[in-house]
Amino acid sequence: MALSRAASSPSHGGLLKPLAAAISASFRRPISTDATPITVETSVPFTAHNCEAPSRTVETTAQELVGFFRIMALMRRMEIAADSLYKAKLIRGFCHLYDGQEAVAIGMEAAITKKDSIITAYRDHCTFLGRGGTLLEVFSELMGRQAGCSKGKGGSMHFYRKEAGFYGGHGIVGAQIPLGIGLAFAQKYKKDESVSFALYGDGAANQGQLFEALNMAALWDLPAILVCENNHYGMGTAEWRAAKSPAYYKRGDYVPGLKVDGMDALAVKQACKFAKEHALKNGPIILEMDTYRYHGHSMSDPGSTYRTRDEISGVRQERDPIERIRKLLLSLDLATEKELKDTEKEVRKEVDDAIAQAKESPMPDPSELFSNVYVKGYGAESFGADRKEVRAVLP
Amino acid sequence: MATTAARRFGRRLVPSVSRRRFSSSAAGDALQRTQNHPSLNLCSAINQALHIALDTDPRSYVFGEDVSFGGVFRCTLGLADQFGKARVFNTPLCEQGIVGFGIGLAAMGNRAVAEIQFADYIFPAFDQIVNEAAKFRYRSGNQFNCGGLTIRAPYGAVGHGGHYHSQSPEAFFCHVPGIKVVIPRSPSQAKGLLLSCIRDPNPIVFFEPKWLYRLAVEEVPEHDYMLPLSEAEVIREGVDITLVGWGAQLSIMEEACLDAEKDGISCELIDLKTLLPWDKETVEASVRKTGRLLISHEAPVTGGFGAEISASIVERCFLRLEAPVARICGLDTPFPLVFEPFYLPTKNKILDAIKSTVNY
Repeated sequence: MALSRAASSPSHGGLLKPLAAAISASFRRPISTDATPITVETSVPFTAHNCEAPSRTVETTAQELVGFFRIMALMRRMEIAADSLYKAKLIRGFCHLYDGQEAVAIGMEAAITKKDSIITAYRDHCTFLGRGGTLLEVFSELMGRQAGCSKGKGGSMHFYRKEAGFYGGHGIVGAQIPLGIGLAFAQKYKKDESVSFALYGDGAANQGQLFEALNMAALWDLPAILVCENNHYGMGTAEWRAAKSPAYYKRGDYVPGLKVDGMDALAVKQACKFAKEHALKNGPIILEMDTYRYHGHSMSDPGSTYRTRDEISGVRQERDPIERIRKLLLSLDLATEKELKDTEKEVRKEVDDAIAQAKESPMPDPSELFSNVYVKGYGAESFGADRKEVRAVLP
Repeated sequence: MATTAARRFGRRLVPSVSRRRFSSSAAGDALQRTQNHPSLNLCSAINQALHIALDTDPRSYVFGEDVSFGGVFRCTLGLADQFGKARVFNTPLCEQGIVGFGIGLAAMGNRAVAEIQFADYIFPAFDQIVNEAAKFRYRSGNQFNCGGLTIRAPYGAVGHGGHYHSQSPEAFFCHVPGIKVVIPRSPSQAKGLLLSCIRDPNPIVFFEPKWLYRLAVEEVPEHDYMLPLSEAEVIREGVDITLVGWGAQLSIMEEACLDAEKDGISCELIDLKTLLPWDKETVEASVRKTGRLLISHEAPVTGGFGAEISASIVERCFLRLEAPVARICGLDTPFPLVFEPFYLPTKNKILDAIKSTVNY
């Protein structure tokens, strides 16, 4: 099984190899503000298909690493809080959690700008946060309140942030990929040197739409980056049970690909930087992010029927994206254990505060049931069953 | 608002109502052969039907996303263990591929039971169903067909499903000559109808009311039985107004009938069961008796299957109708998340329409 192979490969288990450990020694930089470049080597080499793999040596700064730690801790806490809110029935509908995959969202953000677009599937909470969304918007949307990023009308699967180029959360498996290709065409046409990232999972990688989209993207040399977030299970089915070739980075055939350790934020950053340059010059590329979700597929999936608890705890121990950054910060002497613990306490409070605030936000006005179906005043409107106005009060 | 509470609790009443009402009225000789059958929910009844289908025909297969470990609703639980992974298997997440594959399998003379995990996900397969499955027999001059194909898909509201886990897409498929569309209302109906669908020599889309998977419980005969397709059933007799529905909506309509009865209105309730081709005669006979018709479904009212029933009955019974045909359906909006209670055609909406139609 590909996953166990990856998890047991020797380079995964060990610590990162900081090339630049020498620069720090006993000198303690103040936390989070130092912008001196540091170089760090990625956990594993990239595997390339039809292209030259980028270097394993990634440039970063203390500021960036501390930032990574903070936002990933925040994402982790947010998802765990969403789990509790769902179980308390404050979140209804379907809810898919991202914990474990955080490095993909933040590594990608670190390599690109808000002019670049991102479009993803339904596991979209953290991608939204990465694009600059707020906790209040997240929790309000999850609980169907007015303060939500989609005014409470979308729910978990439908987060959007137009001003930051986040084209959202899409509920149907694989349906967002061709949309991402369309975004890339518009970007190329405008010649604004931006690119589109279309994210999909290993389950969606078997949808026919992906291959239609790939062909168009390659045919027209579009600046599109197809990011396969391979968490190794399409719902409850292991990748090898659903895909003849789980080497998703190679499945574009004529489209180059790169396999990336999706649990290593710096590797993700390096890959996305490389992919953006490649896409602007040569057209589409596939990035396969080898990652893992700790939760089940959705809230109705305990996540333990098709994989062992040992597998999950093994990944947590050896490959966790937050722990990786924590170890790096400690080994480079960029932060102390206590400072990181304090950061975790802070984010916990931030999350709790946001939830409390979100609970205060009112439900959308009942008239919103009929708004946004069509553009107002363009001839088509929607009505109640009796063709009259429906007045109602939320329970 | 007083009505809000009633709306909210309306659905909660479903199990008790359907248990008492529907089991006793679930007609058909096959169902009454023996007494004291075990009580099953709709999910287990489907599971039993699939066991029987696989057991009685070695050329039958069950496949779809996650079905080998039981599926997200556990309807296919135990099938892979009993019949082996060669006959019960998982597919990748590719609905178009699943249905296309099923058509090919059925074209070789097999019974292919394909599961689409939610009816909301059926649209990638729409082309295969409409252009390949439905027209295979016709365009090959009867040389080929995929009659052994049955597509199962859970449909409809579930209380908190939101946009992509709640839709009722039956009307799209009712516009396609060449396929049949069947929706059961209760566990014993589900078992008998599903077995009929699997064995029917035509491709069929079988929508299962997912709200009732666990809620609806009634006695289901253990033996192998089939219920006829394209035969509607009068599940409650009355003289003032005819109500037509299918699937989960019937339990809501039944409650409205009970309430209307308190106001002295006698309602006749018909379960259409097969939407395509549908049993016009039963509905026509009932409307000729009552002179009034109300149709209710969860799908949006515009272009819903209620429109087809209304048009057909107006053609046939124009002079007998004493009031306009009422349609109490979902609203013309996408299926909402937080507004689900407003969107749905609830008991009170139906009750209001019964009264205004009768007093027209």
